[in-house]
Amino acid sequence: MEQQQIIISGIGGQGVLFVTRILAEAAIEQGLSVLTSETHGMAMRGGTVISHVKVGSFTSPLIRMGQADCALFLQAGNLEVHRGFLKGSGRIFINGSTAVDGAATIDATALARKHGSLVIANLVLLGFAVRQGGLFCDAPTIEAVLKRISPAKQLALNLEGFRLGREDRKN
Amino acid sequence: MTMTEQRILMGNEAIGRGLVEEGCTLAAAYPGTPASEILASTVAFAKETDAKIHTEWSINEKVACETALANSMAGRRSAVAMKQVGLNVAADPFARATYLGVKGGFILIAADDPGPQSSQNEQDSRLFGLFAKAPVFDPSSPREAREMVTEAFALSEGYEIPVILRPTTRVCHARQNVVCRKPEPQARKADFQKDPGRWVATPQFLTGLHKQLNEKLDAIALDEAFAPRLYAGDGRRPKQCIVASGVSFAHSRELLATLGAEGRIDLYQVRLAFPLHKPFIERIRKSYDQVLILEETDAAIEMQLANSTIAGRTSGTVPRQGELTPDVIDAILRQFLGLPATPPLPTAKKGTRPSLCAGCGHRGAFFAIRETFPKGIFPSDIGCYTLGMNFGAVDTCHCMGACISQGAGFYHAYAADNGEFPTIVVTIGDSTFFHAGIPALINAVFQGARIIVVILDNATTAMTGHQPTPQLGIRADGSLGPQVFIPELVRAAGVRFLKEVDAYDVPALKAALKDADAFIRSPEGAVAVLIAKHPCIVEKKPKEIQPILAMAITDACVGCRACIEEFECPALRFDDGENRAEIDQNRCIGCGVCVHACPAGAIVAEGGNR
Repeated sequence: MEQQQIIISGIGGQGVLFVTRILAEAAIEQGLSVLTSETHGMAMRGGTVISHVKVGSFTSPLIRMGQADCALFLQAGNLEVHRGFLKGSGRIFINGSTAVDGAATIDATALARKHGSLVIANLVLLGFAVRQGGLFCDAPTIEAVLKRISPAKQLALNLEGFRLGREDRKN
Repeated sequence: MTMTEQRILMGNEAIGRGLVEEGCTLAAAYPGTPASEILASTVAFAKETDAKIHTEWSINEKVACETALANSMAGRRSAVAMKQVGLNVAADPFARATYLGVKGGFILIAADDPGPQSSQNEQDSRLFGLFAKAPVFDPSSPREAREMVTEAFALSEGYEIPVILRPTTRVCHARQNVVCRKPEPQARKADFQKDPGRWVATPQFLTGLHKQLNEKLDAIALDEAFAPRLYAGDGRRPKQCIVASGVSFAHSRELLATLGAEGRIDLYQVRLAFPLHKPFIERIRKSYDQVLILEETDAAIEMQLANSTIAGRTSGTVPRQGELTPDVIDAILRQFLGLPATPPLPTAKKGTRPSLCAGCGHRGAFFAIRETFPKGIFPSDIGCYTLGMNFGAVDTCHCMGACISQGAGFYHAYAADNGEFPTIVVTIGDSTFFHAGIPALINAVFQGARIIVVILDNATTAMTGHQPTPQLGIRADGSLGPQVFIPELVRAAGVRFLKEVDAYDVPALKAALKDADAFIRSPEGAVAVLIAKHPCIVEKKPKEIQPILAMAITDACVGCRACIEEFECPALRFDDGENRAEIDQNRCIGCGVCVHACPAGAIVAEGGNR
């Protein structure tokens, strides 16, 4: 996959920026160009946030409406807000407890909570999307990135979150 | 004094006289040549005519501008005076004031100094008008400066826009006979109308406000009252004209007479230098081959007369507000290149608004303030705590440090009428206090404002990513510096009432707020300061130290929604089916402050460390 436009949608505090960084690093790991655009500032206090990740030979950091190949929704409620960014054929991965037409859903929050740490719900969803073959990169690449950029204390937990998403048997 | 009389006045005195005659109720200034006599003469003429007007030498131009803006928000005529470089200091509040607009007429007098005679540069404040999008009057004489005070107040109130009056040294320090009249009595009482979408305007509101501002400027540019004045030639030089403004116009008129050219060439006087009258721009383009422009100190008029065949923001090809996203540029490029337009794309929708984090100490402080003073006025500032607007505890947010000056301005606006004033509670973060709150606090104390200032001390610069403040004593590179303590700064500013309270302790906060209110209303009342302390819980350490309470909502919940609406914690949500509030255990951090938010006592803490 040479080019991919991905949006990551959530609310402030869910780790949208961390997932953005992982995907950007993964692109570089694979020798691809990458541009991202992030939401910073006040919205990070629980407001709606979105990141754009463009892998491949782009010059604009923004994804236009109707152009995203793939979307990770850390907050199911954001689907209505940000679905317009996706192509008709775009793939959607949602952290949620109810199934949605045209989307693959995993209850990442519940899995993370069961594991004792809500903060890894973002990585559960990322793992899920990778297993479904929705992203430009593969699991070993992301694991390599996690090992490189995670704080030492957090590494085991991050890898575990990523594994949970890939191995969840319900999906 | 008779109804009218002629007096020889300096330009600055003519302006001061104009402010008093036109019913200005608050004039603030910081001295600087060539503007210094404006406030002094305002004070003198106010005394002479018994006009009720609060005048102050503010601690700096920024504080002066903010104080005067609050008086205008309360519906009263206001003015602020400074030299040109003072506008650099006042830039922060002024460049936002144009977007929010004003209520009572607001004039910013910036005196320029071509030469310079007594300044560190020759900057042209009219260009600041273009930058901040404020109309600019450019007087050519003391008498015209006086007339323009009347015009500027009318324009400011007619369009709800702040206006710049820009005299230059040769107008400020010239003397001329000027008609003096009795001041118009202003019956307008202070009346601040809360409107968070305007006076707190967070980024989501600003594209809309920018559009309104552009529309106001469009209308002003078409208003015949502000068309340049033509001194027509006799047709001997049909394709030539001279455009002049300010004292350059006065010089030119006289020189043309000396040269025997008066009345032989079209001479235009531009009185409103920005926005330049639109039909005038067209006329200059169509009617003349040669145009001479004489203006000080830079090319403000010249720039506006620049080529209109360019497809851009002036022509309306490019939108004049909001972001140029790829979608917007796509449509512009297609139009310019003559390509077919794309079918309309879905538009982005609005998402969830941000709110203070579950467990944020600011929430306890805001809740206590609003509960204690349901009819208070609450100026606030820039940081996470601007989100206090979500639950009615933030009424204004202007620019860094403005809240204290605005609180003082509101106090002066109300107190000037009859001495009665609502309780004004200002909230400012610790980092913002260091940034720009200290001069404003000194000013409020010195000018005798009776307000309560609550410093929300969360021991960090939270919104931007937890940069340390001087009180923490940690520098950017992690090395240690000497700690600078907020209570010591507050005391040094002359504050005589200071209490420190844990922001989680709502009953103690309420008690301290009542004490503070009693203090500001006592005979020796002045500024009262409370420091509401609780470390930001987004940071790891504070969260580890504090107890985690297991929170629950009992069957005593009556479904009144008070906790949802007045406490607005993201961990509290409403179950419509059950008609009762519930706690989202995924988001609750167990701070326990919400027990104070339930009128029915249904929110309970079941002991520490769940």
